[in-house]
Amino acid sequence: MSPRSAHLLRSSLPLLGIALIAVLLLVVAPSVLTPFRLNNLGKYCCYAIAAVGIGIAWGRGGMLVLGQGLFFGIGAYAMGMHLKLEAAAATGGVPDFMLNFGDGSLPVWWEPFRSGGFTIAAIIVLPAVVATALGAAVFKRRIKGAYFAILSQALTVAFAALLVSQIKYTGGQTGLNSLSSFFGYNLYDPVNKQMIYSITAGVLVAMLLLTWQLYRSRFGELLVAVRDGEERVRFLGHDPANIKLLAFVIAAVMASIGGALFVPLAGLINPREVNALASIMLIAGVALGGRAALLGPALGALAVGYGRTTLSEAFPDQWTYFLGLLFVVVILFLPAGLASALSRWGRAIADRVRSRPPSSRHRASSGVTEEVAA
Amino acid sequence: MKHVVPPDERGLDYLEIRGLTVEFDGFRAVDGVDLTLLQGRLHFLIGPNGAGKTTLVDAVTGLVPGSGLARYRGRELLGLRSHKVVQAGVGRTFQTATVFEELTVLQNLDIAGGVHRSAWGMLRARRGVPEYVESALETIGLSDLRDRPAGVLAHGQKQWLEIGMLLVQDSKVMLLDEPVAGMSAEERTETGELLRRIGAERTIVVIEHDMEFVRTFADVVTVLHAGKVLTEGTVAEIQADPRVQEVYLGRTAEGADHA
Repeated sequence: MSPRSAHLLRSSLPLLGIALIAVLLLVVAPSVLTPFRLNNLGKYCCYAIAAVGIGIAWGRGGMLVLGQGLFFGIGAYAMGMHLKLEAAAATGGVPDFMLNFGDGSLPVWWEPFRSGGFTIAAIIVLPAVVATALGAAVFKRRIKGAYFAILSQALTVAFAALLVSQIKYTGGQTGLNSLSSFFGYNLYDPVNKQMIYSITAGVLVAMLLLTWQLYRSRFGELLVAVRDGEERVRFLGHDPANIKLLAFVIAAVMASIGGALFVPLAGLINPREVNALASIMLIAGVALGGRAALLGPALGALAVGYGRTTLSEAFPDQWTYFLGLLFVVVILFLPAGLASALSRWGRAIADRVRSRPPSSRHRASSGVTEEVAA
Repeated sequence: MKHVVPPDERGLDYLEIRGLTVEFDGFRAVDGVDLTLLQGRLHFLIGPNGAGKTTLVDAVTGLVPGSGLARYRGRELLGLRSHKVVQAGVGRTFQTATVFEELTVLQNLDIAGGVHRSAWGMLRARRGVPEYVESALETIGLSDLRDRPAGVLAHGQKQWLEIGMLLVQDSKVMLLDEPVAGMSAEERTETGELLRRIGAERTIVVIEHDMEFVRTFADVVTVLHAGKVLTEGTVAEIQADPRVQEVYLGRTAEGADHA
């Protein structure tokens, strides 16, 4: 293989990886998993969608977004409100918990969520608006590092507390449950469940492709530059606040989309799914997979989701310790995440393919000089 | 002070600084400095440590607040935020090279070219090498190393890359903070020649401790002392000035030793 084609192989590795994930999620999984397991996998895909966004903001942008549960929750509750209204349509159009805890009338701001189009728009626009307002306030004032992380975490705690306290509007601790229909499709029908799974897996693949393009764009380069030398970027004539803001907004919208797709798969949404612990689980998946890698965050989130389910089934009381131990091991031995081990392995293969000599002359030259020549 | 011909009569670009003052808690680090920096001359700022050279550049580039005037092409720079100063055409480097170590030489140069691009263009991948990046690569002599991560460059090469980034971002005024510190004699000569090559159509200001470098390449030298301009002139004039010998040259050997 010539150096040029080896170079091509290496640069197309990410796309091959995404294609492999697409085949596994969209073709293999539906044919080998039980509907119950497939539905669980769908939920992990939702975490993975949010995790891809965290990879952009944290892995490439250096912003430790500890409170993505906030945006996951915005999308989830927007979707939950729509589905709750759909479910309530048969019984007078007012959700059951409002009859039990409120005065039995629908609040004005719930009204637009009857519309599916409005709901989908809200799932994208609401987190973007919140993230823009928050990001503009924070980044322009040059708040960063631990302060930013604490702030984002605190907002998530406040958001979850608000959801619990406003039981008349949010269903409180129980949240929005008994969701029976998704845009007219019965959620108790396994065929429809599988369709929603496929949509979710498809959205994850689409987000990975979008992120791939983002990382190879000039914006992606600039984002890494901001992470590694924020003040230096200022002297390239860019306001780093704007670059961070865009990455933060993209991450927020991705989390919101993940949250929205989570609701029909789970059939419910409640504050425990969007609180501080849920946010930390998202971050943990990203750290495990490799925050700066393209596929690391998504794979890490899938692994953490699977690990939580499996370990909690086998060891209902001790599973958190196993998960904790795993993180300690990964952070000690693979600080850049599992993806760094994979990509090292992939690179080794690419190098071996390249160094397999078509002629003796190639054997002599080292990889580095060939790369410069190519 | 030496009289400077009004720049507009000669049709040249210039950066004008009048009464620039920077105060930290009552201490005047820069104290009423007047400077006219003309296109086409290598203008050196020298002075003992603590004379206010870097602080002056910091004030002009929006890193520390200063009072007075710093005007370039009719635009007041004081009070602008750093990225706006850069957009106005005034760029700078730092004492320690601050290239992006994980990006390649080419990527480092390319991301400096934001002034040439629309927001939409930022979201597309780089295809080929823009002409202005190619010519900057050639000017700084790093064409062969374009695909190397900037982190592996030698110290001198990093400083050249920084200068290349200023070329790509189209800075008409370049404020260079000790660009040859830590360089070998050979690298210093190359740097000086590089500055001569690019200096004709630009306004270049160099903060420097190394007197040998100053003697070889300076067209004009301004000596700062305790935040004030002590004197300004050619190298010969400066060296003949007894005040300079008193406050500065006595300490040069010391300054040059640790530079």
